[in-house]
Amino acid sequence: MAVPFYVSPDQIMQDKAEYARKGIAKGKSIVAMEYAGGLLLMAENPSVSLNKISEIYDRIAFAGVGKYSEFENLRKIGIRYADITGYASSRRDVTTKSLAKTYSDIIGTVFTRDPKPLEVEILVVEVGEEEAANQMYHVSFDGSISDRQQFSVIGGHSDRIVAYLQDHYAANLSLSEALLLSHRGVMAGYERPPEEASALEVGILDRERVGRKFYRMPPAEVAEAMAVAGDEVEAL
Amino acid sequence: MPLWSGSYEGSSFFDLLRHDFPHMLPLQHLPQIPAGESRLLEAVPCATTILALRFAEGVVMAGDRQATEGFEVSSRRIEKLYNADSHSVVAMAGVAGPCLDMAKLFQIEMEHYEKIEGAPLALEGKANRLAQMVKQNLPAAFQGLVVVPIFAGYDVHAEQGRIFKYDVTGGRYEEREFYATGSGGKEARSTLRKLYKDGLSRTEAIALALEALVDAADMDVGTSGPDLARGIYPLVKVVTLDGTADVNDEELCAVSERLLSVVKG
Repeated sequence: MAVPFYVSPDQIMQDKAEYARKGIAKGKSIVAMEYAGGLLLMAENPSVSLNKISEIYDRIAFAGVGKYSEFENLRKIGIRYADITGYASSRRDVTTKSLAKTYSDIIGTVFTRDPKPLEVEILVVEVGEEEAANQMYHVSFDGSISDRQQFSVIGGHSDRIVAYLQDHYAANLSLSEALLLSHRGVMAGYERPPEEASALEVGILDRERVGRKFYRMPPAEVAEAMAVAGDEVEAL
Repeated sequence: MPLWSGSYEGSSFFDLLRHDFPHMLPLQHLPQIPAGESRLLEAVPCATTILALRFAEGVVMAGDRQATEGFEVSSRRIEKLYNADSHSVVAMAGVAGPCLDMAKLFQIEMEHYEKIEGAPLALEGKANRLAQMVKQNLPAAFQGLVVVPIFAGYDVHAEQGRIFKYDVTGGRYEEREFYATGSGGKEARSTLRKLYKDGLSRTEAIALALEALVDAADMDVGTSGPDLARGIYPLVKVVTLDGTADVNDEELCAVSERLLSVVKG
């Protein structure tokens, strides 16, 4: 019987992490940001139908980067989890914390057990009844989970975007200001900004909405809002 | 990928439950009720008259507010109409418990599909999904736990209101003008048949819906009309291109007073 070569667990984990990181860095970034009236998620996405941002439940939204089929699968699991929980108990019992932990569990298990890790990073965000109650969870390819405030960036060259946003983020932004800032953040991710900006996919969790808070903003509305904010900034 | 849930991959919440969580479906393991044992139906609340009619811009749906247990009133404020989603309403007549279960399941089914697929079902698709649920309830219906819904909504593709009625076997039939069912359904239908005409305005349609319920309450002990003394009015919903809206109590009060003053003479 052939004996397989010994490879240390350290090496295996390192290889897997490197593999996953490479896959994720190939894609474009997604920015999540708190604003006065809720939370927004913005992704550069040339496709109109293959979404990266989606509604999970009344107050909860999801965003994923990396391999589409993998985060799409995770998105559906999240929706099933939330709807089953809401059906069995009540709508209030569907919490972002338990959903994020479930995600962490699934992704972490695949990372340690399967030969190929998931090449995904996801954000699970919830708009609270007041601003202090907003929640943002970031789950990485190895299942590690962290919670964020103010803003969060996944995928692509997220380090550059985070650096830009740390310098420019302020509390209590209006929606249009937050959209403009997020877009500038996304652009800051490029070493050389592309000549033709790619289409933006934007979803917001609007605290003022009755019932389900998620709203997929049409591109025209996003462009208009950003133009308004741009004019205001220039007027100052 | 180790799924948190089972192995179901589709976009239907109802099928997800059937496939992976059958214990969560309502009325799965019915004990056989002994023959001649009919006290069950006297001990559980039953919801009665519901109706729907088309008008120029969409559909109006209405239901009275009474639930009965045998010859007793079990509730004066029960609601038999539920918003299935932004552009459709489902009304339930029959045994209240299974009615509520089905309405809740149907609401989640609509929302679940929309979230998974990124777009809502077409109106006819929604009507067919409801038919499957009614069909699933057939074994319970044989034991007396009957659920008979009416489903109506605004079809954004056909640009008109549409009404679907069901039988206990899950048969689905489209009605072009109006329909009413429940214990006072026959009475309400005869009023609708006399007074319905094409292209009613919103106000006329609401008045006609209330009139049909007043007539049903007149002849059927299970149905209540507008209760002016307690300020309880039938639930009336209007569905148009703009979505679903409840008709407020002030408007219902004014119409009810006019209708009842005619009865007074």
